[in-house]
Amino acid sequence: MIGCFGRRYDMLDNIHFVLLVSRQGKVRLTKWYSPYAQKERSKVIRELSGVILNRGPKLCNFVEWRGYKVVYKRYASLYFCMCIDQEDNELEVLEIIHHYVEILDRYFGSVCELDLIFNFHKAYYILDELLIAGELQESSKKTVARIISAQDQLVEVAKEEASSISNIIAQATK
Amino acid sequence: MSSSSTSIMDNLFQRSLEDLIKGFRLQLLGESNFISRALEEIRREIKVTDLSTKSTALHKLSYLAALHGVDMSWAAFHAVEVVSSPRFQHKRIGYQAITQSFHEQTSVLLLITNQVRKDLNSANEYEVSLALECLSRIGTHDLARDLTPEVFTLLGSSKAFVKKKAIGVVLRVFEKYPDAVKVCFKRLVENLESSDPQILSAVVGVFCELATRDPGSCLPLAPELYKVLVDSRNNWVLIKVLKIFAKLASVEPRLGKKVAEPICEHMRRTVAKSLVFECIRTVVSSLSDHEAAVKLAVAKIREFLVEDDPNLKYLGLNALSIVAPKHLWAVLENKEAVVKALSDEDPNVKLEALHLLMAMVNEDNVLDISRILMNYALKSDPLFCNEIIFSVLSACSRNAYEIIVDFDWYVSLLGEMARIPHCQRGEEIEHQLIDIGMRVRDARPQLVRVSWALLIDPALLGNLFLHPILSAAAWVSGEYVEFCKNPYETVEALLQPRTGLLPPSIRAVYIHSAFKVLVFCLRSYFSAEESTLSFSAQEFSSASSSMNAFTYESILNLVNVIELGLVPLSGTHDVEVQERTKNVLGFIVMIKQDLSEKLNLQDSETEVFRVTAFMEDVFSEELGPVSATAQEKVCVPGGLELKENLGDLEEICGEFLKPVESDSVSYTDKISFSVSKLRIRGQQEASSSTSPPHEASSLLAEHRKRHGMYYLPSQKDDPESNGNDYPLANELANEISPDPFNPKKNPNKSKQRPVVVKLEEGDESRNPPQAKSNIETVNDDESLSRAIQSALLVKNKGKEKDTNPNSEQQKQEESSRIEDHQNSEKKKKKKKKKKNGESSSKHKSRGRNEVASASEQVIIPDYLL
Repeated sequence: MIGCFGRRYDMLDNIHFVLLVSRQGKVRLTKWYSPYAQKERSKVIRELSGVILNRGPKLCNFVEWRGYKVVYKRYASLYFCMCIDQEDNELEVLEIIHHYVEILDRYFGSVCELDLIFNFHKAYYILDELLIAGELQESSKKTVARIISAQDQLVEVAKEEASSISNIIAQATK
Repeated sequence: MSSSSTSIMDNLFQRSLEDLIKGFRLQLLGESNFISRALEEIRREIKVTDLSTKSTALHKLSYLAALHGVDMSWAAFHAVEVVSSPRFQHKRIGYQAITQSFHEQTSVLLLITNQVRKDLNSANEYEVSLALECLSRIGTHDLARDLTPEVFTLLGSSKAFVKKKAIGVVLRVFEKYPDAVKVCFKRLVENLESSDPQILSAVVGVFCELATRDPGSCLPLAPELYKVLVDSRNNWVLIKVLKIFAKLASVEPRLGKKVAEPICEHMRRTVAKSLVFECIRTVVSSLSDHEAAVKLAVAKIREFLVEDDPNLKYLGLNALSIVAPKHLWAVLENKEAVVKALSDEDPNVKLEALHLLMAMVNEDNVLDISRILMNYALKSDPLFCNEIIFSVLSACSRNAYEIIVDFDWYVSLLGEMARIPHCQRGEEIEHQLIDIGMRVRDARPQLVRVSWALLIDPALLGNLFLHPILSAAAWVSGEYVEFCKNPYETVEALLQPRTGLLPPSIRAVYIHSAFKVLVFCLRSYFSAEESTLSFSAQEFSSASSSMNAFTYESILNLVNVIELGLVPLSGTHDVEVQERTKNVLGFIVMIKQDLSEKLNLQDSETEVFRVTAFMEDVFSEELGPVSATAQEKVCVPGGLELKENLGDLEEICGEFLKPVESDSVSYTDKISFSVSKLRIRGQQEASSSTSPPHEASSLLAEHRKRHGMYYLPSQKDDPESNGNDYPLANELANEISPDPFNPKKNPNKSKQRPVVVKLEEGDESRNPPQAKSNIETVNDDESLSRAIQSALLVKNKGKEKDTNPNSEQQKQEESSRIEDHQNSEKKKKKKKKKKNGESSSKHKSRGRNEVASASEQVIIPDYLL
């Protein structure tokens, strides 16, 4: 079942990359778990969004691509895509995508594309809590939410400190 | 002071990431302009010493890199600076930039080792997690080696949050630095008994990937994994465990018996489709010998197929195609669903259904399936249509047309394909038309009929994709002209004005075929004359007697048509077309005089008779299929210098190489020249074929005498290439032909399968290059799997000491452990021996087979079997 196209044997990753693309073809998030050069990345995005955006609504959520499988799902105006190997479980990945969306939803409070545009980095951090090295690491939504908010707090406190006037003055007179 | 004040200004007035994003949405400059401005800004800001300015700049840069493909490799050093900040928010930005942009060749990678170590040891678990994530993504050999102790410590962390990430990182560390296995493996295995589902899931994930690389190395862990398989109710974990067992069962068949039951249990119990599907896939791919399990899996597949969810339909078809090679009944049972899926709106589903259908094809149903598919091809979009055509072509031609009994039907099918509007597989059809012509003597009459129908259709000439097919059709009508019903029409078709649309190379084939037809007509006219004058008609008895007899007028007419069609071409710029045209025209000039002068051509001494007989002889030479490896069989004769300069060739063949002045040389010379060339090409086949004309054979003999060293030694000859000894068919052909299965279903089946010439080798010479890549993979994996094996050894030793032989179960386990242990020790010794004795190159050539056979010796504990 292994694809005949150059399979990357040097990787152990389950998920090779994650892409979020809007219906208009704008990229909203990219995360690469396997080594792709910058040029290659742009090519992959172009190729895949061409394939996926053109698929009708009632079709299956899997696309064969360069010997891999890309599992995608559309939520409102956003397409969530994950690339996996031929022998990986497509339905499981669909569940991971759904899981991610649910966590985003919980975090932003009914998430929309604009949330992800302006909080691009937060979508990243959440993804990082969900997956490590392309493997699902946390299947509890609650836990992810808790970890993310803990980290947010850490940042907030630091930010307040840094942006207080006295701090700036202290820095300036150093 | 001045530098710090600018930094304050920068800090206060710096655009944040949010500003950048907002600006991007409002910008009127155009995307690339805006990006280059922003980059300019970032380049300035990132040089500032203040870390918060720097980190914001870096943050903006990674945003641009992630979403707009901007290069950020130049900022690698700045990312390292930001990571070293004591603030969490900076670190986070820094690490994100690093994971995003660093790769093995990044030069500043060396600088982060200490920082990562520091963060791995940090008391703040979130900092640890950042460092771990970074390591999981960019870990190199050096990083993995240097940080193994820290990872080991974290594997024992009391915080589940840290521990599971450490487990996730282990995979990368093992891969880059196999020696880490020795250190970390024991702790990793211990986690298989963890009660925390997240940790269990992470560990199983690691073993899943390790088993994918080398199933043998994970075999000793089967008891622990089996326990997880039976006890766990977490679907994420179960899916991974199933994947592991799928791999393990492929190297240890006895394991299949043991796990089949629990897998079926999960299949019956669970409602989660992902788990059901994983069970199905495991059963059909690795447990296909366990009948009950397969039956249950196929039943589940059927449930998938009738679902409305296109995902399940697709996956059901997918699973069927895995099961097809071993259990074709599963596909046949679901035949209707598969055929129905052909008209699905989803191209992926259609494609999968097509593959399945092709897997079903055999000699009994090839007619039906092809008919169904051709109907679909007519209605489909171009892409799928060509996919269908290609599938049919490759399935039917497999193994020298193994499944084709009725070649007349198949040849007609090829003709039909050419008329499908979207057909773009011209080259493949071309190849098969010619191939069948050469291999299957009995198919030739039909082949000529089909070709004729293609040639006379002027509409086809306008389609670029069909040109190769037309080329083959033209060749067939020339080569097997003796089966042609109406040569006159064929010639007309070959020279019709629209042939101007063809590329020159194909046009040349057309002209040459017209030449062949002309020669054939002349010859049969003469022989008919001869026979009326009670001369013995030798070679044409069977073929031409049934043909319409040529009258003098019709021959004259034919010659005129050809001349008329070709004269405009004698001035074309394409050499090949021109050459062919000149050949034919020269020939016509030669015969025309005689033709117009004498009405009685029976005199065998006339020029026209001699020339025609001569040409006929050239063209009637049978072309057989040649094995792709035939050239290799011919050994280089002694004294033949292949690598020497061929400068002296001029001396030998000077007369041939002399430039021909076109006007002064008479046509006769030219013809005999090209004829002798053709003769040479025909080589010794001619010598064995029936009575070549005197002139030609003497010419040939002379040539052979002079340049004997360029000829093939005659005794080395393949039996195939000897003119009239038609090669034996594969014996199968005779056994198969009267179809024993359902002779009533199809009247055509009662036909005997014609002889198909099959070469012993070379037909299947294009092996898929997969085997090679497999070997390479194994090499990559080898150090890792060896490390795991030795780690298991260490672990087992440890366990031996620990075990407290109280219960029966434990005793058993212990004994099996020891068994295991001994075994792996043996294996290790073996490996060591090999390692010492072998050169590195030999090492490389070791294939998966050997690894697999080695791992088969690992004995699974008895209670598992």
